[in-house]
Amino acid sequence: MIGYGRSTLRPYIFSMRRLTPFLAVPAFLLVAILLSIAIGSVFIPPADLGRILAGWLEGAALAEPLKTFAFILLSIRMPRTALVALTGAALGGSGAAYQGLFRNPLADPYLIGVASGAGLGAVLAMSFHWPYSTLGLLAVPAAAFLGALATVFLVYALARVGKTLPTTNLILAGVAFSSFASALTSFLMLRSTGELQQAIAWLLGGATQAGWGPVLTVLPYLAIGLGVLVLSGHALNLLQFGDEQAQQLGLPVARTRTLILLAASLSTAAAVAFSGVIGFIGLIVPHVMRLWFGPDYRRLLPLSILGGAGALLVADVIARSVLAPQELPVGIVTALAGAPFFLWILRRSKNQGYW
Amino acid sequence: MLKIENLSVSYGPRRVLRDVSLEVASGEVLALIGPNGAGKSTLVRAASGVLAPCSGTVRTNGDDLLALPPARRARFLAVVPQALSLPLAFTVWETVLMGRTPYLNFLGQASTGDGAIVRQALERVDALGLAGRRVGELSGGEQQRVLLARALAQSTPILLADEPTAHLDLQHQVHLMETLRTLAHRDHLAVLVALHDLNLAARYADRVALLVAGELRAAGTPRAVLTPAFISEAYGLPVQVVAHPFADVPLVLPDTKED
Repeated sequence: MIGYGRSTLRPYIFSMRRLTPFLAVPAFLLVAILLSIAIGSVFIPPADLGRILAGWLEGAALAEPLKTFAFILLSIRMPRTALVALTGAALGGSGAAYQGLFRNPLADPYLIGVASGAGLGAVLAMSFHWPYSTLGLLAVPAAAFLGALATVFLVYALARVGKTLPTTNLILAGVAFSSFASALTSFLMLRSTGELQQAIAWLLGGATQAGWGPVLTVLPYLAIGLGVLVLSGHALNLLQFGDEQAQQLGLPVARTRTLILLAASLSTAAAVAFSGVIGFIGLIVPHVMRLWFGPDYRRLLPLSILGGAGALLVADVIARSVLAPQELPVGIVTALAGAPFFLWILRRSKNQGYW
Repeated sequence: MLKIENLSVSYGPRRVLRDVSLEVASGEVLALIGPNGAGKSTLVRAASGVLAPCSGTVRTNGDDLLALPPARRARFLAVVPQALSLPLAFTVWETVLMGRTPYLNFLGQASTGDGAIVRQALERVDALGLAGRRVGELSGGEQQRVLLARALAQSTPILLADEPTAHLDLQHQVHLMETLRTLAHRDHLAVLVALHDLNLAARYADRVALLVAGELRAAGTPRAVLTPAFISEAYGLPVQVVAHPFADVPLVLPDTKED
């Protein structure tokens, strides 16, 4: 395959410049995963981690205290790591997709109202006092997911003009719905003071449910949504030239934009359902990837997915460790870390025209 | 060959093109001229399938171009737009490679053959040395040449250009028009180019079509269309048409009174 890049004509699929991101970013993710599994409120000595792993590989039964540690790892840390990684992946991927779709460096996964819709759904569900059962535990995430999707469909339906989907309309409709949903959410929160703290915590974002259940629930949606996005890289490259030029070059623009929009929104909705509204990952990770590895969305999407997973894992570890044993909502960590990081990127890219 | 028949386009209630019929033969350059707002860009957009007409057809050798899906239509017809708000971060090579899209899979994977065509297109517009540079680093003239190369990489029998000389220096205007003429005469493309410069049209086009307020006022050789009668009426300005000093084409000059 003749690749893209700065040098002119040699086939350079094997050049280091092209491969580096696909070594560096997965390595970062791997380190983040290991950190997330190894760090927690119960201190597990690294040596014990090694013994537990050996025990698993051999299929041998473990003695205390390794057995308890193994339980913690398998039933608490690993599922949490998986959920956080999937959430970060979804936010990174859909953030990159939204930035490409809207040709706007300020776009993030919540641009067209997904966050507000999910928040409204979640708070609505919280205001009914669900019993502590499987149904009850699923009520809030399901309501959040449905709220997110409902918002997307409403915004999409409102913004459509004939066969086209004008960007301005989408953003305006998204802002309108966001405001409406946020207002309703605040009203509900004020009325049911018992759940106020729970609602606020949810809105700030964080993995609150333990176990493999949430992971398995979210996985199919992310597989579909992120799968579609990863395959949409070339289409997003073409869309950077504007809808008209993309169409003149042969892209069926209306259909493609709708597909990408739905895939990104599905991923965001799934991410938000269990983890609340975590900001900055979807905005910053794609920017960093673009700054370091170029504007080609065929690379940007997988890199943003992997990078988003790693970044959120790091933020989650910080959120768990900083005030241990109390947990900070991870949304606070991403915002506190994200804002200065964002300013740093802005300064670096001022003269670069990397967009 | 490009055959536009009875094309009418409206923006809402406003009729922008009325019943326009034009034909561009293979091997000829047709210059589309007319005042701003006459509908030149609209005609290019409608013919390339990004603006739906209210009536009329656009055909090539029997195929109805507007009825084709965009991917197939893009194999017949390529457009050179004006070089405004291009994505700045892609390299020249990447940008021209986008022109191969109709022949690539949805992942955009290119073969050595595609690379060769991109290289040829860049050579054609004398931009091969710019291949590794980012588009944002180029001048307006260079960016316009890159867009022409991208259209050439599309390997289509029909080429539409929408005021490609608009922001170019004199030497780039001339070079671009000469390239378009060679593409028609030597490679037998059908080239339709919307121009605002009447004398460029006179010099480089085989035929000229005058569009005024959405209607086709005249179409024919430069000599037949670039007459004081037609031009003065179209532009609302008295003009004289004289013989070009060293080329066998008309030369249009405004004839306003000096104080």
